[in-house]
Amino acid sequence: MAEKKQVPIDPELFVWPADNPELLGSKCGECKNVAFPVVKRCPKCSNENLTTVGLKTKGTLWTWTSQMFRPKNLVDNLDPKQFKPFYLGYVELPGEVRVQTRLFVEDSSQLKIGMSMELEIRKLRDESDGTEVMTYGFKPAVA
Amino acid sequence: MDDIAIIGVGLHPFGRFEGKSALEMGVDAVNDALKDAGVTWNDLQVAYGGSGHGGYADSLNSKFGFTGLPFYNVFNGCATAASALIGAATALKSGAADLALAVGFDKHPLGSFEMDPEEWGLKKWYAENGFMITTQYFAMKIQRYMYDYGITRDSLVRVAMKNYHNASLNPKAYRSKALDYETIANSIMLSDPLTQYMFCSPDEGAAAAILCRASDAKKYTTKPIYIKAYGLKSRTYESFEVVSPYKAIQNVPTVVEVAAEAAYKMAGIGPEEIQVAQVQDTEAGHEIMHIAELGLCKHGEQEQLIKDGETQIAGRIPVNTDGGLIGNGEPVGASALRQIYEVCIQMRGEAGAHQIPKPPKTAITQVYGMPGVAAVTILQM
Repeated sequence: MAEKKQVPIDPELFVWPADNPELLGSKCGECKNVAFPVVKRCPKCSNENLTTVGLKTKGTLWTWTSQMFRPKNLVDNLDPKQFKPFYLGYVELPGEVRVQTRLFVEDSSQLKIGMSMELEIRKLRDESDGTEVMTYGFKPAVA
Repeated sequence: MDDIAIIGVGLHPFGRFEGKSALEMGVDAVNDALKDAGVTWNDLQVAYGGSGHGGYADSLNSKFGFTGLPFYNVFNGCATAASALIGAATALKSGAADLALAVGFDKHPLGSFEMDPEEWGLKKWYAENGFMITTQYFAMKIQRYMYDYGITRDSLVRVAMKNYHNASLNPKAYRSKALDYETIANSIMLSDPLTQYMFCSPDEGAAAAILCRASDAKKYTTKPIYIKAYGLKSRTYESFEVVSPYKAIQNVPTVVEVAAEAAYKMAGIGPEEIQVAQVQDTEAGHEIMHIAELGLCKHGEQEQLIKDGETQIAGRIPVNTDGGLIGNGEPVGASALRQIYEVCIQMRGEAGAHQIPKPPKTAITQVYGMPGVAAVTILQM
């Protein structure tokens, strides 16, 4: 049986499939700022001299929250009545940027500001043609 | 330089009004403001107005009469009414007009705001991923602030309790029932650490103000209220704002801190002179953060200040005396002008059951709008 096709939720966010996935950002040739996600002009200094870079895959949890009710424009192709709360936050990638991200935990007791997190790519939804749409997130770092 | 004076204010109650359009509420607010100022629609020389879901503010021309009035529509999210006020003030200051109207009205559908990311410079994935919802941001911001400054959930509950209490004393407010500690603390969690009753709810309402230059004020009223400072700032790259897929690693003053500093400079006063504050309590956490950002206390002092009741109506620095957004709800087009209305009636001693015992002479108002806009005014009688 053919393997299911997997695509990133947005190809500008990360390359997938990939053995060592990374989030993509833009490094400014002028002010050296690292932006996420990829941009055409530096959001700090407005310069157009940018290079696409792979961001660090490990960082620390800067803040977090839970999403306890279904956002109206979430697209997960699941029965809305079956909505399961999810977690999200910002993970600080050292020296680069803090990225807003899903947090792959089962409940809030697993989340503490300052903890180490690492990048993981997981399925967000199944499309009607069987394609799996993947999103990025961070999970507690394995020691 | 000539200040700007408020010579009339009007407010349509905030809440839910089936069968009444936001525009009709706007008409009522404008009528009340015109009456309060003792002027007519025909006397107005410029108008600025805005709405999120209520239609175009300049539709008021069709209700009041087509006099050729220059009417500018503005929108800046929850800072819309402040933008209207600033537009009107700027027109007066420049001499382009001698008498101005600032108005805002709104009527939002039930539930949280549904937004299209592509209207905000974002891509589709942001919504598909479940990030295009503002409640998350408020939770994440206060979560980090509580960690940084030792604020606890107790403060969140107390702020919400205060604002429901103040609203119960305000006949024009949406929430007429004070809620107790347990009800707020145990209401359903929406986004940790914020429970349902810690959040304001989008709703309906309208507010209006009539303005002129200070040198003309005595023609209209013996009790003008002067706008000593007004200003709007948008975010810097490093500040932490709503609907942002990233946060820079540098920590910088927030957009509210920047707007407040500019306002104090424009007014030539310091935060120690402020006697009442109307701030953006989208949820309880933001009231807590904004009062420090406005310089009314140091970051972290809020916990004790709130426990001691200092931000109650009879406290040392009353905050959101009419119930704020939590007590009145949030019709984005109108809220900043509701704050102005509340300051004016407090200064005049007309606030009835929710009157500050000694009517204040100096006030600050502040709103925060998507995607990172702060508007601040300083008023003085």
